[in-house]
Amino acid sequence: MEEIREIMLSSDDIKTDDYLVNMGPQHPSTHGVLRLLVKLEGEIVLNVQPHIGYIHSGIEKMTESLAYHQIPHLTDRMDYLSAHMNNEAVSMCVEKALQVEVPERAKYIRTIFNELQRIASHQLWWCAFGMDMGALTTFFYGLRDREDILDIFEETCGARLTLNYSLPGGVQFDIHPNFQRDVKAFIKKFRAKLPEYERLLTGNVIFRERTKGVGILTKEDAIAYGVTGPSGRASGFSCDVRKKEPYGAYPYVKFNEIMGTDGDTFTRYHLRILEMYESMNIIEQLIDNIPEGDYAVKLKGVTKLPEGEYYQRVETGRGDFGVYIISDGKKNPYRMKFRSPGFSNLFAINNIAKGWKIADLVAIMGTFDLVIPDIDR
Amino acid sequence: MTNDSLIQTLSTLLPDAQVKMGTQYVEAILPLEKHHEFMLKLKNTPELAFDYMFCLTGADFADYLMVIYHLESTTHNHIMVAKVKTADRVNPVVDSVADIWPTADPNENEAFDLLGIKFNNHPEPRRLFLDDDWGFPLRKDYQDDVHIVSR
Amino acid sequence: MKEKIGPDYPVIESHEGGSILLTKLDDLINWARSNSLWPLTFGTRCCAIEFMAVGASRHDFSRFGMEVARATPRQADMIVISGSINYKMAPVLKRLYDQMADPKYVMAMGACAISGGPFYYNSYSIVKGADHVIPVDVYIPGCPPRPEAFLYGLMQLQKKIRHERYFSKKKVTK
Repeated sequence: MEEIREIMLSSDDIKTDDYLVNMGPQHPSTHGVLRLLVKLEGEIVLNVQPHIGYIHSGIEKMTESLAYHQIPHLTDRMDYLSAHMNNEAVSMCVEKALQVEVPERAKYIRTIFNELQRIASHQLWWCAFGMDMGALTTFFYGLRDREDILDIFEETCGARLTLNYSLPGGVQFDIHPNFQRDVKAFIKKFRAKLPEYERLLTGNVIFRERTKGVGILTKEDAIAYGVTGPSGRASGFSCDVRKKEPYGAYPYVKFNEIMGTDGDTFTRYHLRILEMYESMNIIEQLIDNIPEGDYAVKLKGVTKLPEGEYYQRVETGRGDFGVYIISDGKKNPYRMKFRSPGFSNLFAINNIAKGWKIADLVAIMGTFDLVIPDIDR
Repeated sequence: MTNDSLIQTLSTLLPDAQVKMGTQYVEAILPLEKHHEFMLKLKNTPELAFDYMFCLTGADFADYLMVIYHLESTTHNHIMVAKVKTADRVNPVVDSVADIWPTADPNENEAFDLLGIKFNNHPEPRRLFLDDDWGFPLRKDYQDDVHIVSR
Repeated sequence: MKEKIGPDYPVIESHEGGSILLTKLDDLINWARSNSLWPLTFGTRCCAIEFMAVGASRHDFSRFGMEVARATPRQADMIVISGSINYKMAPVLKRLYDQMADPKYVMAMGACAISGGPFYYNSYSIVKGADHVIPVDVYIPGCPPRPEAFLYGLMQLQKKIRHERYFSKKKVTK
């Protein structure tokens, strides 16, 4: 009895060791096939090493044998929650190289689809984030409103998730006659629902305790690690491509770039909710003013880009997505590189999560909004 | 800074680099030996202040491999492209810039994985996507009859 | 004439009224199994989002019994391969399948899991079909398949389960 008491009281010379825990490729809260090797001391995280490559498909090599009007169909499958924004990035890069001007109607349609896709992507993020934190209600609420947006997509494009809508020259088909009516009805309904959803998590005491002050990313780190999108803006890094290099119909709308200063998990969460309001403002400014005209410009039969290098950036739900084409004058690209925002965002997590507990690691990963096929391409 | 003043500043600052206007941005081809030193200058000079690297690409040209860096300044809002050519294809080695821009760390691992370019002084070189004994798929002479069905 | 019977499954000789109990027992077991299939949370690519959408409130798969998605393979009945499988991911998938307890079922959802899908040509790292790795029961085509298509595939799997016979297997004669 005395010996047991002694052992329990003299904890200074108990030898402890760190151990490695594998949050494996199949895990409900890694949002895809991501493997994290977490070095723990008790419950405190010492080091996080991501292992990726479990969904690597070789898309960059595949584009070297495809024609330019076939490549946008493949980019849908990369970051599938911002499928239309990826399509638009590739189409705009090709149009920039050929110096083709897209008709105004196509620009307005593309921008409205971008913002609808952004709302759908943030809704899915919100539902998965709530589930990670243990609140199952958000799963059902988030996906319920997303279904309305997917109905709108399906009327015009024929598909719910992988849209295949923008091609070099414009869009593939004209919008459905019911498009404007449906979008206006959706916005009216969603504006009433979003404050309700905010009340679920934002004012909740448990949620605030788990997220306020957790996982702080400073502005210098955000710039050094290349963290863009809502995660970077929450730290004060002004990186919205829609403001810096406006494209499509963004020069014609007035909207705010939502920034935060703290850089913690709560700010990253709250910023995305506020971005959904801004997206609705943008759609409302554009939906009644879609100009008449053609929806696409016909390109010649076989598109050959002139020699040179072209880069185009767009703002997806995750951050700054870039398309870089090196062309040697033939009908396939010589080298095509996709700069994916998730890749830079993921490798900044090691810096942030040191010293926090493993439950905080799940919260931090949730707010970075990772989509793994975007990282692995 | 406008493109012309950028070309002038870069030509005076980096004497051995070939600076010109590319199809979209100002390009500078840096010499292999002074690559790290010039990159430090690009970041630390106050008029240039390129602190945000947004893209690192590797590409395979016939006789050499090339690493292409897209740099942006968050204070002055100008963009440039820096390129460096390796000496040969058989043993391509370039200095690492992961100590200057930490975002280069995973990107250089990706270039190593897909193209085989080795980086000196890299903090943690490892293959990210593929197994250790896979070839280098993005090279133009990559032959793979087992895995690829080509069309 | 001597009848050759297989080694060790229970076989009932056909005398009057004996085998009705065992067929009814089989029907009961199949009804229970087909109406409570619990899937493993496994999703790799875009089809995983459609899988989540089938589980949400508009098209609800818990009406069919797929109530809870288990996170561990040891408690799951079936695995829905939603998305493409890679050469790096294939051993992981095989290991998950081996860890599941019998009876287990597999559904291949989407073009990537059936045959490699849009990545069939010119891709060096996608396995051309998940059935090169584990045996598949039902294939659901689409890229991604609509939720209604997924529910149809689920009903086909339920129909397949209802035809299983364990206790009342027919005799093997030579």
